[in-house]
Amino acid sequence: MSRWLDDPLLSVEGLTMRFGGLTAVSDFHMRVGRGDITALIGPNGAGKTTVFNCITGFYKPTQGRLALAHADAASTHDVDALTRSGRRFASMGGRDLFLLERMADYEIAARARVARTFQNIRLFAGMTVLENLIVAQHNALMRASGLTFFGLLNTPGHQRAEAAAVARAVGWLERINLIGRADDPAGALPYGDQRRLEIARAMCVDPVLLCLDEPAAGLNPRESAQLTALLRSIRDHDGVSVLLIEHDMSVVMQVSDHVVVLDYGRKIADGAPQEVREDPRVIAAYLGVDDEAEVIAAESEIARLAGEAP
Amino acid sequence: MAAPTAPPRSRLQTALGDAGFAALVTFGLSFPLLAFRTEQDMQNRLVVEPRWSWSLAAVLAIFCARLLAGLIQDWRARALAIPGALVAIYGGSLALGPSFSAGALTACAGLVLLALAFPLDARLRQAPAPAARSEGSDRSRLFALGGVLALFLFPFVMLTLLGPAGSLKWINNYGVQILIYVMLGWGLNIVVGLAGLLDLGYVAFYAVGAYSYALLSTTFGISFWLCLPLAGILAAFWGVILGFPVLRLRGDYLAIVTMAFGEIIRIVLINWTDFSNGYAGISSIPRVTFFGVPFTANEDGFAALFGLEFTPIHRTIFLYFLILCLALLTNAVTLRLRRLPIGRAWEALREDEIACRSLGVNTVNTKLTAFALGAMFGGFAGAFFAVRQNFVSPESFTFIESATILAIVVLGGMGSQVGVALAAVAMIGGTEILRELDFLKHIFGGSFDPAQYRMLIFGLAMVVMMIWKPRGLISTRAPSIFLKHKRAVAGSLVREGHG
Ligand SMILES: Nc1ncnc2c1ncn2[C@@H]1O[C@H](COP(=O)(O)OP(=O)(O)OP(=O)(O)O)[C@@H](O)[C@H]1O
Ligand SMILES: [Mg+2]
Repeated sequence: MSRWLDDPLLSVEGLTMRFGGLTAVSDFHMRVGRGDITALIGPNGAGKTTVFNCITGFYKPTQGRLALAHADAASTHDVDALTRSGRRFASMGGRDLFLLERMADYEIAARARVARTFQNIRLFAGMTVLENLIVAQHNALMRASGLTFFGLLNTPGHQRAEAAAVARAVGWLERINLIGRADDPAGALPYGDQRRLEIARAMCVDPVLLCLDEPAAGLNPRESAQLTALLRSIRDHDGVSVLLIEHDMSVVMQVSDHVVVLDYGRKIADGAPQEVREDPRVIAAYLGVDDEAEVIAAESEIARLAGEAP
Repeated sequence: MAAPTAPPRSRLQTALGDAGFAALVTFGLSFPLLAFRTEQDMQNRLVVEPRWSWSLAAVLAIFCARLLAGLIQDWRARALAIPGALVAIYGGSLALGPSFSAGALTACAGLVLLALAFPLDARLRQAPAPAARSEGSDRSRLFALGGVLALFLFPFVMLTLLGPAGSLKWINNYGVQILIYVMLGWGLNIVVGLAGLLDLGYVAFYAVGAYSYALLSTTFGISFWLCLPLAGILAAFWGVILGFPVLRLRGDYLAIVTMAFGEIIRIVLINWTDFSNGYAGISSIPRVTFFGVPFTANEDGFAALFGLEFTPIHRTIFLYFLILCLALLTNAVTLRLRRLPIGRAWEALREDEIACRSLGVNTVNTKLTAFALGAMFGGFAGAFFAVRQNFVSPESFTFIESATILAIVVLGGMGSQVGVALAAVAMIGGTEILRELDFLKHIFGGSFDPAQYRMLIFGLAMVVMMIWKPRGLISTRAPSIFLKHKRAVAGSLVREGHG
């Protein structure tokens, strides 16, 4: 049942990230199962976004190894061999293997095919909804336009590629119910639509792993339900693994196959949603106290106050 | 039972039919117009002299042209076929006349070009129907076409209205001067308006282009037409050189380093006297020729060749067309690039660099191509400047030039081609017009010199302009592609980049 152990798409080993004296993430291990929706949760400032930024190359980790294997899981032997070779990625035994901590951010998106969204939405506000989705297909279009030379001549090959990119964008706009607003600037959309558009834009990169940083933040219950359905269809229909950071527990418990909990930069729980929900350390972390004894003390204090009140 | 339908005529048949008809019409027309000529003979009598060969040539030419047009339908293939045919004809006439081998070779080259047009046409015609469109509306196209036509007619209109002496000022001080700045504005617009990289040292590339032509032509005697692309390439190279150190810089830092780059180039030109002759500059740079024919009063000059009376305005008009074509080239390339992945990546970079990288856009390459292309057009303009002035010195490439070009881009509305052109007309034309405020002497007295208040008035106008339209003359952004409706994006949503 635990696919993240049998067939991990991404394995994070010993990830540590320090900012000067502050250790935002320390010795963090996790695996993202192929075809799973994995949730990364934790209180504010726990270091979740920092983990995302390390995976997607926006931060260079102080320490640690992040190995991503396309197609099927890489053996430890292969990963060690690649690590020793000093290269960033390689095709080993027919599998493409990537060491993300060595790669630049744009390479991780373009080659390792990890796409992401941001906690504070980063759409191209002054470009239209359609243009946002076309820019996401930049590398495929760049190849088809012969690094711009064929594009300048407007050859049929380039035209076909552009038509295909538009078709893909239109397909996504229909899925997220934004087809009617294709020609509107992205910055003019309501907040919930912007969130969905950012997900669609990341999907247009054609990723194997989609990282979503708080996709449900600021959504109303109806939009949250739509989001849950969208995430499921991305997993089941597109076969893309999803890693998501989320504070909305109802969304997390509904969609995720696997939950990892971070607190003060350390992993405190890792397992199926049911197990994690009942883990006392997780409860303690969410109530904002350090250990179990204090949880019990706090709960009895609450009970006492409740008894006194009437 | 269905009635048997005639099999569809093949392309060749249709084209041959059309061409035959056109040839017939030409024959009918040329018969009275070309085929006979009346001349007075020795006894002052009119005699009819038949010129069947003229008529035959016209018929043949029309037949061939119509046949080619029928067979080659895509405009890009035609763009290849027309020079091919012209080169072939030129080569053929050369082979029959002065030099057989060179002519035959030229003719072969032309025929090869012509032959290539056919498969190209076939490939281009099977292009798929576009799912989304990117071109402008018919009205805006008509407007642009009208504008270009007016620009091409401008010197002739001036010439007929004011005569050679009177029109010189208009064609040179207004026409050529404004067009140089339109071109520079369009070049810088790629860097500042599209990619959102604030560049305060654009004049460096203008200088590189100017000195490229000046040095290559005076030391190696290379012709202008060869120097022009070389100047562009050299400037693009320096654009990349500037691009590397500023890749990670943003905002004020980017502005300061680019400004310093502009100053470095100028100071090197001043101090490296062996190379650039320092303050004295480079003089007697070869003047522009009409594809090899000089604009002189000699009998092998332009005027004599075309049977015109010599006046210096011919050169000015040629320079005007030259810079007009260069500017239109800059515009065409920029408009096309905006609709290609690279152009969309520039604009995305201006909107949000981090998001670009998260989508796999190589921002280093994207920035460098923006710098290189912007610099290349600056280099072209520089080479033009050198051939126009036939003198260059570091004085022409001071910081105020960079500031003027940047002001044109900002005033125009960053990213808008039309806006930049309008701003160049307003700024350069405006400063020129302010020279002519002599009537103010009647108001303020004879000792008042309006020329001295030129910059003051101009500065005030700029301030008013920026209060009235803070985002420039054309603040909206036209989308590069659309599904159903082309709606301009409001300026308030468009970011200005990290410049
Ligand atoms: N670039 C940085 N420089 C310095 N400190 C940073 C940086 N990025 C994150 N931090 C610190 O690392 C810690 C973890 O931050 P992070 O953004 O990863 O938290 P988070 O779990 O995403 O929180 P939230 O739920 O509020 O988004 C915080 O203390 C933050 O201040
Ligand atoms: Mg966060």
